[in-house]
Formats: sequence, structure tokens, C-alpha cells
Amino acid sequence: MSYEDWYRQDRLPHIFCAGCGNGTILNCTLAAIEQTGWKKEETVFVSGIGCSSRAPGYILTDSLHTTHGRAIAFATGVKMANPDLHVVVFTGDGDMAAIGGNHFIHACRRNIDLTVICMNNQIYGMTGGQGSPTTPKGCLSSTTPFGCNETPFDLCELATAAGANYVSRWTSYHVKELEKAVKVGLETTGFSFIEALVQCPTAFGRRNKFRQVADHVEYLRSHSLLKAKRDRMLENGEHIPEDMYIVGEITKRNRPAMGVKP
Amino acid sequence: MAAKLPKRGGVFIQMEDEIASMASIIGAAWTGARSMTATSGPGFSLMMENIGFAVMTETPCVVINVQRGGPSTGQPTMSAQGDMMQVRFGSHGDFSIIALCPATVQEMYELTVKAFNLADKYRVPVFLMADETVGHMREKIIVPDTVERVERKPFVPGTLPFKADEDLIPGFPQFGRGHHVHVTGLTHDERGYPAATNPSLHAALVKRLVDKIENARYDMADYDIINQDASRVFIAYGGPVRTVQQVMHNLKDTDIGFLRLRTVWPFPEKALAEFKNAKAFFVPEMNLGQMAREIERHVKVPVISIPKLGGELHTPADLTSALEAHP
Repeated sequence: MSYEDWYRQDRLPHIFCAGCGNGTILNCTLAAIEQTGWKKEETVFVSGIGCSSRAPGYILTDSLHTTHGRAIAFATGVKMANPDLHVVVFTGDGDMAAIGGNHFIHACRRNIDLTVICMNNQIYGMTGGQGSPTTPKGCLSSTTPFGCNETPFDLCELATAAGANYVSRWTSYHVKELEKAVKVGLETTGFSFIEALVQCPTAFGRRNKFRQVADHVEYLRSHSLLKAKRDRMLENGEHIPEDMYIVGEITKRNRPAMGVKP
Repeated sequence: MAAKLPKRGGVFIQMEDEIASMASIIGAAWTGARSMTATSGPGFSLMMENIGFAVMTETPCVVINVQRGGPSTGQPTMSAQGDMMQVRFGSHGDFSIIALCPATVQEMYELTVKAFNLADKYRVPVFLMADETVGHMREKIIVPDTVERVERKPFVPGTLPFKADEDLIPGFPQFGRGHHVHVTGLTHDERGYPAATNPSLHAALVKRLVDKIENARYDMADYDIINQDASRVFIAYGGPVRTVQQVMHNLKDTDIGFLRLRTVWPFPEKALAEFKNAKAFFVPEMNLGQMAREIERHVKVPVISIPKLGGELHTPADLTSALEAHP
């Protein structure tokens, strides 16, 4: 078996744009799943609406491609009705943090045994490049033509505060680290949240001086700050620039969970 | 249900809002579970988008709406039937659903069972459109030892998951059985794969989803006909049934007929033709005449709407004065 066996071959090619980071995250996820030994027939992928949410359609398992923002609520129904199933949610920043924000925090609070992978491209890629709740300050989008002036969500801090058992953040540059994080997430009992920052050349990159995909991936790399290093810097009273993304394992704990296989 | 379901091997979960409730019962249904949620007015409005998803993905599930006065927050704990058109047309796009209306506590029980069976048979969301009058009523009921139980048509491995048989219903490819089914709210082909830009495929899919219900309307029709030869005929569903019964009991007039509806959608219009001598239909509803309009388009004689807003049931006098006004 290879992770490629998890692909629904007759659905390819996918709809992701050239240079999109979503395929990288999908590959990392399937590679991680392959290592867990899970079977296809006991695994369900659930998603909402947006580019990231098309991912389950390319995977050869049962999958539920639902309404905008509601993937986690649908997944909760699947998992509660049949805890024997492994339930993985693909979502995006617009899907999960805006319209679906309420379901996200409540799933974290319940600590329901799901793994949620958020492909955060910091914009609504599919619907015309509107600003999302994670669009960084100053960035251009079709609804922030003079630069975003709202403060973005830190999704990992949100998940931690709301009660998730496992929280991790990486970028599309960090494929090995991301694959490991997804595997830990899949194997963690309770709510696991993995945020993957991804480049979106079509909607984000071309508006924000990342005309080359590699430039954007390099930006994500150079603006990543390992949590351990961040913690050391904090201890030493060093200044942490606002435009850095804290990456690594943010939270790992063992709070009581719901929907766990008996 | 929170108290009773866990003792019987069921699962109860209180979701964060009605959008999530509707979503989670759909998710649960795909694992093979029979699933339901219950709400009133505003919560029902919140469910609309995911109701459309259930229709599009042919997900069997049951929603109970104990109707209150609207619009908006309106009259919590007061009675109304203002959502009869919302249940039929509230979600976007063309579609058909099944709606049942109980008039007694016994019917709350029986029609809930029936709702699950219809949902499983036709793979469609089924609505129990109660009203506050029935919802808060206390009556003696008889619970039988067993109830009829209709199973979903099984999926045949190797066939296409969304290819329907002659009855327009595809077999149900339950999650967790290795069927590898992709379920999407997008317009999809018989494999279940998105095909949203194919005009003829979209038209055929929506037509099938509608015909699946509309063609079967007399399989699921449920109504009583009383005094079939009468010239003046009441039509009622839900709470107002009780007032009509009282009026008929008081008047003891065989020239007054009664069509008592339990299945309201799809509307069983042939039932109207059973009243061959009808000169007028009288339709008491706790709304401004939502079903009266539906009845009007099926008959040539006058349809007299007897609306009642405010949260209270029609009094017998409300109905007798309507009879007197239209002798």
C-alpha cells in the first residue's frame, strides 16, 4: 500500500489551481493516514465549501461534502452515531473561522474525537478573493482593496482556549513536519486541530506581491517561528515580530473526549 | 429524548444551534442511524439550508417543527401554523418534501413513526408539522407493542450509488461498509461526483428528486373523509381539526363534510374530488390562508379561508359564523 492508493483516481485531475498549496496538504494527510494503518472502509472525510473542501472528493473513502461552514457539525453527527469510524474534516479559513466559527469552538469544547485540518490560505480563494478572518493586516483582497484593517484570528490559540486536545500549526513548506503533526492528530483521542498555512497564487499571491509561488512559500518559511524558540524568546524578554507565524505543536493534552471508539 | 435515548442504545446530543442540529442528523443518517431533531419557528428558519442539502443528497431524516406565531421571535409558546409554506418552499431551489400534521397526542406518536418510515423509504427529509396546541396537549395515548418499520432500500455493491431504480429511489450506500461513496450537495452524476455545469444532468436530477415524491403522493396520502355527500366541507389539519370536530358534534348536520388531512405535503388533491356535491370548502388555519391557497388551485368552487392569528385555536363560533356568512 502507498498513500497514492487512497486517491480516487477517476476523479483526477483535481480543480486546484497551478501552484496551489492544497494538494501538498492533501498528500501529507494521506501519507500520515497510510502510516496509521487505518482502513478505507472505516475512515470518513467530511468538508464544507471552498477550495480545501473539495479534497474529500479525491479520496477513495466514504466522504461528505456539505454546506458552507458546517462540516464539523455534520462530522459530529457521523462520529456520535458511529464512533467506530475515523472522521477527518478538511476545511479552510473562511469555511471554518468565519461562517463555521461557532461549530469549531463548540467541537473543541466538546473535545469530540475528530481530526480537523484547516488549509489556511488567508483568503476566500474559490469565490473571488474576499478577505477572510485570517487575512493579515494590510493585505489586499477584493473586499480589502486598501489593505485589511481587521485583526486576524489566531486559530490555534482559539482551538486551545476552546478545549482541543491537540493543536498544531505548520505551512505548505514544512511537509515532513506537517505529515508528522497530522499523524499525531489522527492518533490523538479527542479533538485534533492542524492548521496548515498554504499559498494561494490565484486569489492571494497576485494581489500581495507573491507573483511567484516559490516567493510565497519562501515567505511562509522565513516567517515561521518554532514554538519552542518563541517560548525561549519570551523568557528572555525578546520582541517577537507580529508578522511571524508560530509553528509546531502548540497544545497536546489528554482532556476527557466525546465520540471515542468504545 | 435526552433521558430516554441513551437507555435504549440511542445517542442524544445537544448541538450549539439549529444549523448544527440539522447538519448532525444528516451526518448520523449516513452511518445508517435513524435521526431526528425538533424545533420551532426561528430554529426552523436556521435549518433551511441544510434541509436542502438533505433533499439533494437524498438523506433520510425527520424534523419536528412545533409551530408558534411568527414572523421572527413572534409568539413563543403560542400556537400557529405559519410555516406550512416554509416547509414546502423554504429552502432554495426546486424540491419536494413530505410533511405530516398531527391533531392529537396519539397522532404525534403515530405520525412520528410514520415520518421515519417515509424518510427511509423515499430518502427525503420528512417533517412533522405540529403546532403549539398539539405540542402542549396532554391526552391518553395507546402505545402498541410493535410498530411498522420500513428499512432503507439496500445499496447493491458494484452499482452506481446515485442511480435510481424505476421508483426513482436509489439504494442507500451506508458509510462504513466499504462502498466508498462520495456525497455532495453539488449537482452530481449517478456516481455521486460533482457535475454542476452539466445543464441536462442538473435538470434530470432535480426532476427525479421532485418526481420521486410527487409521483408517490397517493402512496403516502393520509386523510379522513367524513360526510362525503355534503355540500359544505371543512378542510383542516393539526390543531384546528379539534374545533371542526366540536362544530360537527354540535351541529350534527350531514350536509357538512370534513376532509381531515394528516399528510399535507405532497398535497393529496384527489381527496378534494371525493366531495362531489361540494359547493364550498371552508379552511380554518392558524395562518392567513396558506393551505387555502393550495386548495383553491385544485377546485372550481369557492374556498373560504378562515384565518386565525394571535396564538389561540379557532373557537366553534369562529367556524359557525363562517358557515352562516356563506349559507
